[in-house]
Amino acid sequence: MPHTPSLSSPRNQSDVSESAIKLQRLVMGRSTDDPEKKIPNRRLKDVEICVPISYGTISFWLGRKASESQSHKWTVYVRGATNEDLGVVIRRAVFQLHPSFNNPMRVVDSPPFELSESGWGEFEIAITLYFHSDVCDKQLDLFHHLKLYPEDESGPQSTKKPVVVESYNEIVFPDPLDSFFARVKDHPAVIVPRLPASFNLPAPVPIENAKEKKRGDTKDHPLNQWFVNFSEADELLKLATARQQVQAHIVKLRRQLSVIDGLPRPLKPASDE
Amino acid sequence: MDAKDILGLPKTPLTAPQEKKSRPQKDSQRKPDGISREVYALTGGLAPLMPAVDVSQLKRRPQSDEKVTWQWLPFTSSARTDNLQLYHWVRVVNGVPPTGDYSFAKYNKSVNVVKYTDEEYEKYLTDPTWTREETDQLFELCERFDLRFIVIADRFPSSRTVEDLKNRYYSVSRAILVARAPSSGDVSGHPLVKEPYNVSQEVERKRALSMILSQTKQQERKDAEVLAEAKRITEARIAARGAEESDMPVASNVSPESNEKNIIPVETVSPSSNVQIPPTTVAPPTSTADDISTLNSLRGMRVYLRTYALEQMVQAASSSAGLRTIKRVEQTLQDLGVNLKPKVPTKSVCAEHLELRKEILTLLNLQKQLQYKEAEGSSHRDGSYAETPGTPKRSHRTGEQDRTFIPDSISFGGERVGKRDQKRKAPAPPSPAQSKRPRKLKASD
Repeated sequence: MPHTPSLSSPRNQSDVSESAIKLQRLVMGRSTDDPEKKIPNRRLKDVEICVPISYGTISFWLGRKASESQSHKWTVYVRGATNEDLGVVIRRAVFQLHPSFNNPMRVVDSPPFELSESGWGEFEIAITLYFHSDVCDKQLDLFHHLKLYPEDESGPQSTKKPVVVESYNEIVFPDPLDSFFARVKDHPAVIVPRLPASFNLPAPVPIENAKEKKRGDTKDHPLNQWFVNFSEADELLKLATARQQVQAHIVKLRRQLSVIDGLPRPLKPASDE
Repeated sequence: MDAKDILGLPKTPLTAPQEKKSRPQKDSQRKPDGISREVYALTGGLAPLMPAVDVSQLKRRPQSDEKVTWQWLPFTSSARTDNLQLYHWVRVVNGVPPTGDYSFAKYNKSVNVVKYTDEEYEKYLTDPTWTREETDQLFELCERFDLRFIVIADRFPSSRTVEDLKNRYYSVSRAILVARAPSSGDVSGHPLVKEPYNVSQEVERKRALSMILSQTKQQERKDAEVLAEAKRITEARIAARGAEESDMPVASNVSPESNEKNIIPVETVSPSSNVQIPPTTVAPPTSTADDISTLNSLRGMRVYLRTYALEQMVQAASSSAGLRTIKRVEQTLQDLGVNLKPKVPTKSVCAEHLELRKEILTLLNLQKQLQYKEAEGSSHRDGSYAETPGTPKRSHRTGEQDRTFIPDSISFGGERVGKRDQKRKAPAPPSPAQSKRPRKLKASD
């Protein structure tokens, strides 16, 4: 039977959690022998916060304006899979380019996390994501191969149709801090599980520079006509069909095995001697 | 374009684009003189450090100024104690026969079996279980048969075990050695003195050896299975301990049995009563000890990608399968039209993908089991002349058959079966052998 916490605690909680955010005092509130006393910055066990992202490159051939060293103009980016603002979770993105670029380590401190450049060669871009202090102190690395030339080399290159390569993935934060949870639970960029209504969360505290007016979402991004629309329905359908087939096959084999065994009860281990 | 692409090697980040990596030219080997290139290549294409045979010797022809004849001549060998004269062909050069002892006489080595005098025997070598006579006989046989104890034991007049004979021989030799040595320090390095023959150990060792040798195939398989299971358990325990301390009860399933991974749905219960999360929308998947330990290690990370989580779970699920099985799983996935790595890896897609892989593993194991059973069954049928599969035969067969799952890497039978399976594309349609069997049984019924 859950212990109903007192009503006065939340206010104390928010004061404490504000300062806690700065210093990341991650107290593992695992053993709650005294639920009345609110331990600041508890971790929510068995909860995972999931941020679906899509990252990749879009590259345009420059056509007449192309030169030997600058034949394509491309953009590498990390966006929310539904084009929502990732700034609520990501503090900074660092794009590590090929050393032939001057200043190959490009830092982007605010959403939208993207970088545009021009060049002639394909190479692997390393994207490092840094999160806000209450989210995670570890960084996350992604790798993406910049593609300039289309798959089928049939027709001539067009300046209008770019080469788009995107990858879908989900950033998972297991056992998040309750302050993080409280802050993002209503944000469209983030998927959070539903907690019971009686659950006690600290009051959400906005992060620094959240007051900036610049839009972080990519809903009206100039390139958004090229963004890939990822839908899991297709994949789920294929998987479900495949599973059905395999399960049917398994049933058939089990039947055959039991016939061979000649026992009415199949698969009972026989004694050795 | 990149040479690494061609080789299939993983690229290091930030490889320079379009750099023509010219393969280092392998400098062509010099053709050696004296032997053909192919023969030289047999040695590995490299000259041996110390050429066993001088290369120039290999194509040496007999000198034209020599006159060589072959003659049937008598010879003697220093290795023979009688004066038997034998004849053989001899290569005579310019009328001069070769000199020297018979060339194989040098191989006539024998063992230096100790010879003790009577008084030595009285002083050092008496033993309650051995008479003087027996000891003498033993030593005579040892000398005659060059310490081949199996033969000696065979010929020994009174029946004694090989270990017994060995024990007597070695202890006598040792005693003599020690007695005759001017000081104990001289012989302490001798192997006989340093490591005396240990009868009980030898007996035990041979018993164990014969036990292992006489193990039936079934027992062997069972042992291997038990070991594999034990290994899995210890690994699971280590992983569970190594992961971030979790109070979550680890439901580890230990029983091997048939290839159905035992289904014990793990309830992720948080001990903290304040945090109560309703079950997730995804149907709780069948999980094993591997899954749980992977989940634990994932939870230990502060952040990870969904694809990474899937990789780990897939690896855990296929941990008991060999490389070949994993390849077959992937082939099956492709045949079913499923991406090996989901294009849209959401939580539910990944869960479904994982479950599908597990089910395919189950399927492949069942197929292998089936084929194995058939192989056993058909070999039994071929062995006996009785055609009708009546009840007594059936029970005999089932008694023999091993019901437990044979993992890929373990038994030869499994390997063989695996090969047969590969000839048919997975998911395999029932083979003619498989369909023959049920029909036959039904007919007799």
